[in-house]
Amino acid sequence: MNPLIAEITKEQLRDDIPEFRPGDTVRVHARIVEGTRERIQIFEGVVIQRRGQGISETYTVRKISNGVGVERTFPVHSPRVAKIEVVRKGRVRRAKLFYLRDRVGKAARIRERGHR
Amino acid sequence: MTKGILGKKVGMTQVFTDNGELVPVTVIEVQPNVVLQVKTNETDGYESVQLGAFDKREVLATQAEQGHAKKTDTAPKRFVREIRNAELGEVSVGDTVGVELFEEGELVDVTGTTKGKGFQGVIKRHGQSTGPMAHGSRFHRRPGAMEAATAPARVRKGKKLPGRMGGKTVTIQNLEIVRVDAERNVLLIRGNVPGSKKSYVEIKSAVKIGDTQLD
Repeated sequence: MNPLIAEITKEQLRDDIPEFRPGDTVRVHARIVEGTRERIQIFEGVVIQRRGQGISETYTVRKISNGVGVERTFPVHSPRVAKIEVVRKGRVRRAKLFYLRDRVGKAARIRERGHR
Repeated sequence: MTKGILGKKVGMTQVFTDNGELVPVTVIEVQPNVVLQVKTNETDGYESVQLGAFDKREVLATQAEQGHAKKTDTAPKRFVREIRNAELGEVSVGDTVGVELFEEGELVDVTGTTKGKGFQGVIKRHGQSTGPMAHGSRFHRRPGAMEAATAPARVRKGKKLPGRMGGKTVTIQNLEIVRVDAERNVLLIRGNVPGSKKSYVEIKSAVKIGDTQLD
């Protein structure tokens, strides 16, 4: 990347983002602005992809809400995300977990990482 | 009255706005422009300010360019443009104009030279549709008929045909200035501007904003 562009975006990069990868379960504390009030909504689910780099990096979180699959994509460095909590680390064998879209219930389980 | 400044396209990136939105921006480097000449109604028949930006070495400049730059006591410039009816405040020859000229949220028109695409067919060059690729159509990417054989009996002027594409001067209108970085001499303009990286662009106040200026 051009050093000037790197410098311009550097100040907006966040350094309080925990390390997480596809397969991990995260709780994303998203700031929602309703009129003048601001509140925090928690979106918890499995990270199914991370893409991009630098300020354009994003991740997609998938959860099943009322029997319907819901996916939300957030920019990693978004100021609209108050906090990201890693709830569970998952062991997966690929970087993009799109196969989870075709699976429900038991078939969509992910093994835990870190212990056998 | 228009404000105008000369810059160099550095590349594109994204930045977060104040409300947390991620917007695509083009980074434009604007080193302080030097006023090379001020043209007035009395002497030249019209009002304009000639700006120059980006120094070039003395050996690369013609004697005319060297002499012109010497009047303002600067190095010869690679990129020189006139701003008609310029509104740059009180400027006289030798003054510099910087990024502070523009404010965040202002709308501008950006003029540059598009990337050259070489010799291209009608599909890429004029956006025509392809013929069917299969079933023996034998008409894949052709420009179509050249007009009727008896009535005009010639190809009319302006018929869309293959040829050189790109490398043209193009203006993109009503782009928003997202950030003015006076420290680094950089303007961030929302969206894309014509040309490759390192190409020179001219940034002027939008001509078509009317009353729709964003606030």
